[in-house]
Amino acid sequence: MRLVRHQVWLAAIAVGLVFGLGSVSSASEKGKQLFVKNGCWQCHGFVGQGGLAGPALTPEVMPFEAMNNFVRNSSRAMPAYPETILSNADLTEIHAYLTSLPKPADPNTIPLLKQ
Amino acid sequence: MARKDVRLDVSRRKFLAGVAVAGAATTVANGTKASPGAAANKRLPSAVMPNTLQIAAETGGLREPTTQIPGRPASDYMVDVIKSMKIEYIYSNPASSFRGLHESLINYGKNTMPEFLTATHEESSVAMCHGHFKATGKPQMALMHGTVGLQHAVMAVYNAWADRVPLIMIGGNDLDASKRPPGVPTVHSAQDINALVRDFTKWDDQPVSLQHFSQSFVRAYKYAMTPPYGPVMLALDAGMQEAPIKPGEKDLYTPKYVAPTPPHGDPNALREAAKLLVNAQNPVIVADRCARTQAGTDSLVQLAELIQCPVVSRQNKVNFPNTHYLSSGPQVIRNADVILGLELTDIWGVVNGWVDNGDHDGHGITESRHRPDVKLIHINSVELNTKSNLQDIQRFMPVDILMPADAEASLPMLIEFVKQAITGDRKTVFEQRAAARRKAFAQARASFRQRATLGWDASPISAARMTAELWPHIKDLDWSMVNSSFGISPWTLQHYPIEKHYQWLGGSGAAGQGYGTPASVGAAVGNKSLGRFSFSIEGDGDFMYLPGALWTASHHNVPMLMMIHNNRGYHQEVMHLQRMSNRRNRVANLGKTMGPVGTSIENPDIDYAAMAKSMGWWSAGPIKDPAELGAVLAKAVQVVRAGEPALVDVWTQPR
Repeated sequence: MRLVRHQVWLAAIAVGLVFGLGSVSSASEKGKQLFVKNGCWQCHGFVGQGGLAGPALTPEVMPFEAMNNFVRNSSRAMPAYPETILSNADLTEIHAYLTSLPKPADPNTIPLLKQ
Repeated sequence: MARKDVRLDVSRRKFLAGVAVAGAATTVANGTKASPGAAANKRLPSAVMPNTLQIAAETGGLREPTTQIPGRPASDYMVDVIKSMKIEYIYSNPASSFRGLHESLINYGKNTMPEFLTATHEESSVAMCHGHFKATGKPQMALMHGTVGLQHAVMAVYNAWADRVPLIMIGGNDLDASKRPPGVPTVHSAQDINALVRDFTKWDDQPVSLQHFSQSFVRAYKYAMTPPYGPVMLALDAGMQEAPIKPGEKDLYTPKYVAPTPPHGDPNALREAAKLLVNAQNPVIVADRCARTQAGTDSLVQLAELIQCPVVSRQNKVNFPNTHYLSSGPQVIRNADVILGLELTDIWGVVNGWVDNGDHDGHGITESRHRPDVKLIHINSVELNTKSNLQDIQRFMPVDILMPADAEASLPMLIEFVKQAITGDRKTVFEQRAAARRKAFAQARASFRQRATLGWDASPISAARMTAELWPHIKDLDWSMVNSSFGISPWTLQHYPIEKHYQWLGGSGAAGQGYGTPASVGAAVGNKSLGRFSFSIEGDGDFMYLPGALWTASHHNVPMLMMIHNNRGYHQEVMHLQRMSNRRNRVANLGKTMGPVGTSIENPDIDYAAMAKSMGWWSAGPIKDPAELGAVLAKAVQVVRAGEPALVDVWTQPR
């Protein structure tokens, strides 16, 4: 059991190194780790930008209560996450991570998007 | 090697001249003995026949050649027949069961029209034919070992079938059980090799005489090229290839090929369809595998503009310019009162939805996404060519007007009937609709640009950023996006202005993994002769099925840019496990890899640039910093324009 826990922490540290956790505050670092661990990134991207399978979660992050309600009771393509899989405390950390992400630039300031 | 160092100095003109010289050298080499040292200094020809000892070692005991066989080889005549159809390339992995034809292609046919291109896997060879056709509109040939080779090829054949792509396959087979070589060649023979692919080919045959061969070859070509297009298969007896033409066969002829006219929609049905479209309040056109040529795209633009009707393209090919204000997303379908479907693979899926949410004992829910009073019109050539076993026909959906016909061929007559049905009062309605569509299109473009900014500076690199970084380097070229991985398509198909039918060649057809890399190489072969710049974006999972296709491109001097959308996982499958785990109240990810067990491609990370380099490609990566990507792509484009293939491995967000 101790070995498994050790491996999980190693993986978490590796995730942090790969995905640049140093760019977010320590309060939201844990949220990012949980965002990855619970598979949110798979559809929403590592910075909640959305993609083929899931909508963007940023820059307008929904209020925590609304997010909690959706995550617990989703009946659509996203599977519901019961508390036994994702605790309220962990979901709070994830919400904090999403809220901490910097706002995107105006597309008019990005030359590649002006054409 | 020196080749690497000179690439950027090679002009396109010099490069093409070099190819011509190499081709001439190949022909000479086949007629003279070269010393091992000389051979080592020359690029090898496309295919080298093994010597007798090599054959014996490979097969476990072939008969020794004794004397020269007198008379004209039967396979020389087969080459004449193949040449009569002006087939440019044969994509193939060499095999003993077609050695007679192979030798004739090289020495009698001079390895031109068709030229033998060496593939490292039969699935690659068929996928290369697939991609080549979609780039050029010309069917190509795959030559394969009858049983084992064909079994390797099967997935790619099904992709071609589902994508309605024509190609001609010939499988060598030793039919005569009393005479065929024992051992491996017998294990590699079958009574009916065509049975392996009969469920998803349009037609097949096993000729028993040379005249039978020529008739069946022309017939096969004709069936492949009659809409709906599809793959065809001929089994070719090895003994018949190797024997001389018999005295009684001296009057052999090559049948004349006359291109078939495609099946047109019934005029009465087209007239009724035109009335419905003109008088509808919210008509929508949904096109899937509709536009076979640029003429099809142009016709669709004409029809849409006549009634100012939004067009939804299902992304399997270029049907409609994505820069046109009538180009629309599928959200317009929900409010449509008339829907014209053009070659829809899944008309049920166009107007209904399925949600994989675990309801109904895990079957999920289905829901209508159309008005109850919607009128459905469908022009679909696939109705004329159905098979029972494999279920690419999708769910059943009743329609109001069904025309089993080729949509592209039917559009001009439909356009004429629409013109006749338009009255003055409708023109006002159309103008109002046009204004609304222009506004909606502009809003959609603005929304796309806004969404692209999310995660713009993130590492791994976002799909939007990866897509955008390439554009400045290709925008002034005659470019062709020969493949775009499923996960990145939402960005590529919106960011790049796609107006010509070859600027996006669509997906695999049956969503079988392993299509992208070889199909891209085949398409690049076709595009090369047309002076187009080929590029593709390959998913890493798909790429790993048939990476040997890179060697084919390098060996045959095929320039193209390949970007690896390296998200280090099978992300289509990740969420399936997440759903299962959540429904069962279990944790999906055990923490050792990014995704659930079995869905990640990491530990170790695959070095795609090193793989490509080992097969003669210029390569770079993995690129993880988005700020570095533009400069690397600029260099890669330069390499490709100099006539060489280049690969850039990009670490990306999942999708």
